[in-house]
Amino acid sequence: MSEAGAGNIDLTRPKIIGTSVKRVEDPRLLTGHGRFTDDVKLRGTLHVAFVRSDHAHARIDAIDTSAAAEMPGVVGVYSAAELDQMTSPVFATSKMKDYHATPVRALASGKARFAGEPVVAVVAESRYLAEDALALVDIDYAPLEALVDPELACDENAVKLYDDLPGNVLVSRSFGMGEAEAVLAAAPQTVSGRFRFHRKSPTALEPRAYLADYDQGSRALTLYASTQVPGIIRDCLVDVLDMPGSKLRVIAGDVGGGFGGKASLNPEEILVCALARHLGRPVKWTADRMEDLLSTSQSFDEIVDAELAVGEDGRFLALKADILGDVGAFSIYPWTAALEPMQVAGFLPGPYKIENFQANVRAVATNKAPMGPYRGVGRPISAFVLERLIDMAAKKIGMDPAEIRRRNFVREDEFPHKIGSGIVWDRSGFLDCLEQVIERADYDGLRRHRESARAEGRWFGIGLASYAELTGIGSRLSAAPGMPINTGTESATIQVDSSGAVTAHFGIASHGQGLETTLAQIVAEEMGVRLEDVEVVQGDTAAVAHSTGTYASRSAVIAGGAGTLTARTLRSKVIEAASHLLEADVKDIDFAESLISVRGTNKTMSLRELARAVYSQMGSLPAEVRAKVDLQASEFYDPHFGTTTCATHLAAVEVDPETYKVTIHTFVVSEDCGRVINPLIVDGQVHGGVAQGIGAALFEEVVYDETGQNISASLVDYVVPSAAEVPPMTVHHLDALAPSTLGGYRGMGEGGTIGAPAAIANALSDALGHLDVEISELPMTPERLFRVVEAAQAQKGE
Amino acid sequence: MSGKHRLQLRVNGVAHDREVEPRLLLSDFLRDELDLTGTHVGCEHGVCGACTVLLNGDSVRSCLCLAIQAEGSEVTTVEGLGSVDQLNSLQEKFREHHALQCGFCTPGMLMTATDLLSKNKQMSDEELREGLSGNLCRCTGYEHIVSAVRAAFADKGGDGS
Repeated sequence: MSEAGAGNIDLTRPKIIGTSVKRVEDPRLLTGHGRFTDDVKLRGTLHVAFVRSDHAHARIDAIDTSAAAEMPGVVGVYSAAELDQMTSPVFATSKMKDYHATPVRALASGKARFAGEPVVAVVAESRYLAEDALALVDIDYAPLEALVDPELACDENAVKLYDDLPGNVLVSRSFGMGEAEAVLAAAPQTVSGRFRFHRKSPTALEPRAYLADYDQGSRALTLYASTQVPGIIRDCLVDVLDMPGSKLRVIAGDVGGGFGGKASLNPEEILVCALARHLGRPVKWTADRMEDLLSTSQSFDEIVDAELAVGEDGRFLALKADILGDVGAFSIYPWTAALEPMQVAGFLPGPYKIENFQANVRAVATNKAPMGPYRGVGRPISAFVLERLIDMAAKKIGMDPAEIRRRNFVREDEFPHKIGSGIVWDRSGFLDCLEQVIERADYDGLRRHRESARAEGRWFGIGLASYAELTGIGSRLSAAPGMPINTGTESATIQVDSSGAVTAHFGIASHGQGLETTLAQIVAEEMGVRLEDVEVVQGDTAAVAHSTGTYASRSAVIAGGAGTLTARTLRSKVIEAASHLLEADVKDIDFAESLISVRGTNKTMSLRELARAVYSQMGSLPAEVRAKVDLQASEFYDPHFGTTTCATHLAAVEVDPETYKVTIHTFVVSEDCGRVINPLIVDGQVHGGVAQGIGAALFEEVVYDETGQNISASLVDYVVPSAAEVPPMTVHHLDALAPSTLGGYRGMGEGGTIGAPAAIANALSDALGHLDVEISELPMTPERLFRVVEAAQAQKGE
Repeated sequence: MSGKHRLQLRVNGVAHDREVEPRLLLSDFLRDELDLTGTHVGCEHGVCGACTVLLNGDSVRSCLCLAIQAEGSEVTTVEGLGSVDQLNSLQEKFREHHALQCGFCTPGMLMTATDLLSKNKQMSDEELREGLSGNLCRCTGYEHIVSAVRAAFADKGGDGS
């Protein structure tokens, strides 16, 4: 591509990109002056409380809201009978064959399909009063059999969640390359297992919150939302509410984390909009933690049966996997139920050459909260399965885990490389990351430490995990298979206003990533202005004509690319205007740190002076020049395919043989995220991702009992790791340029969560190797670990 | 509805005299009655620590505390620390060390750290992690938060290292 690489970056100007500048967001967030959705207070706001289904699966026979409606302070009580009149259902459609879409509605209509599904909405003058009235709503349920086990849900005789669908399997796909079955059958060595990753909740610290404000005079609706995807929500609500986009604005102000849990359309955001328009008053809903754990999209609920064939020299010959994703009660908008299980399959071959590959994927509906994206989407499961198989194979043939990986990575001279699922790795430091971890973590020293610990009878183990992922995915691919919306492009609009201030508008929606800072760094450096002179507007559908949001490790790459191109265009306009105003040749104009000057002279001009001349002093420029140097620019960027980010994680763990408590002794990451925009922010993203990976590996699990009740809907039962559980960790970067993105950036927001569970699972297996334990289930809580060890001992005794 | 109670207290040095329902939570009083929305509510069951404020100098969960329990007290919220133009030294350390990402846990984290700084001369990293373990952060992995609070202790002259 012509715009490839970072070759045209001016090396003579001071560097802003690559510097750990302090974040623009911090002063407001450190002083309590952030503006999260629940902080927005509008006069006359009404508050919503939901009656949520206490059945996992039930027919709704009758709803009596009369007593609740009589309560003082209650303005209205609504069920699907009313909401189905005000809104139309949303379907996450897909071009995929053998896929069945299911409706997303504001309130359960006819049937409740998971415990926690909103059935009735009470609207009152305060949240306290709305909650008071909940107890007076009377709902007649006719309970149906709850489908909790995804394998049983696949059975053709199982009770159906949707009567109009042939069964509960919403997606069924097979794909591959080569002859996996035949090669496996004839292979010198094979390893296999059934791998189980249990359900997780994204658990952003800010619970979901929505506030809809309908202005009757202009018939315009503004939704303040804790969402990662204001653009997707706006474009969807246009249809749901039958309103033009010009009258519908979605603002994601400060958003308290998302991790995928705020990246889909939720019933509650449809509801507040519909009721605000209906009632003519602002309507707000803020989840409490229990509601959030019950109803926010969940993830990682996968069963994978996989087998790897290996030659005696350690070469991977074939890989086969059957993947069953438990996608919960409906196919989420816009990502569909295919998102996670398909990604598990797509990324399963990892950064390795495996010529024969076969994957069979199914996504099955059950009576649980819907599955949606969560940091890493599928890849944490892919890495867990493959990296476990690799360690099992290394053990079987007596090879060091680092060496078997070295022998199988796609090599520098083999890029671009298409893996068996069809994904193409453009170029990335697969081997370099491994070697850097081996060196920086002192792998040999750790191995000596392990031997001495073992000599003392301690359970100490080391685990490696390497992975590769596609980030900054462009328009030729879809963030989810067959999805009908475009997530591969971004535009930016930058203007110098009549006061000389620079405002850059983007379609992304930062929710902790520090994009107001990193995008300002890019604009400042590319345009030639000081960082503090750039105002970044984002998280607001009014900012640009088309936007989606921030998810899938895309924003730095795609919005960064759009910002780069736009800043360059605007820079050339500023320089052209300056050349006329300062009567100098364009090539003699310098524009740096917000100051315009003529090289070799003392002639200078501020951006404010230039803007005043262009906008206000009508005689200052010839008409034909003025038309060309309007001080704004808008450019569009599409990385087409995206780029490959990779990393190797190393974990060393020790298990207490008495309590089965796991202590992480060492955690080291080496990653290739291309050109680093802000080193502190990048490190912070990796730390946070690893902490969530540690949670996924050792603590966090959404537990449904056999009746489909979520019995982990508090932070006492759903254990998010604290500072005491997360160890110190070190992060290293290759700092190499990505070849196929503008500016050389790669996405890196999710990677920490991809590598950590696999590395910890391998370290635990290494620590417990003498007990014949292979970890094939996560999270490995102390109780589960105890049972696994007991089971292995019992089998040994037989 | 239940009758209202008179509540007199000082918040960030400012005296307030209000009539409130006895069931009103301190967190809701601060956010909804006084518009001090810097105190965040993350779980409403006392686990996440986002709503931590100082009550007469001790860190408490304002979601587990009724407003009327603060009668006659001095409450300090994040708004009572430094300002946007003049961060206090702890806030400045948080910024320098990139100890916040989405910023939702940050007010509670700052209040807990303020409490730790006021009551301890110095703390080891292990003690710091234990001391901060009642405040969940989902973004940072805690590494940079520990660095920031460690630096704040060092600045205070605790260990000078």
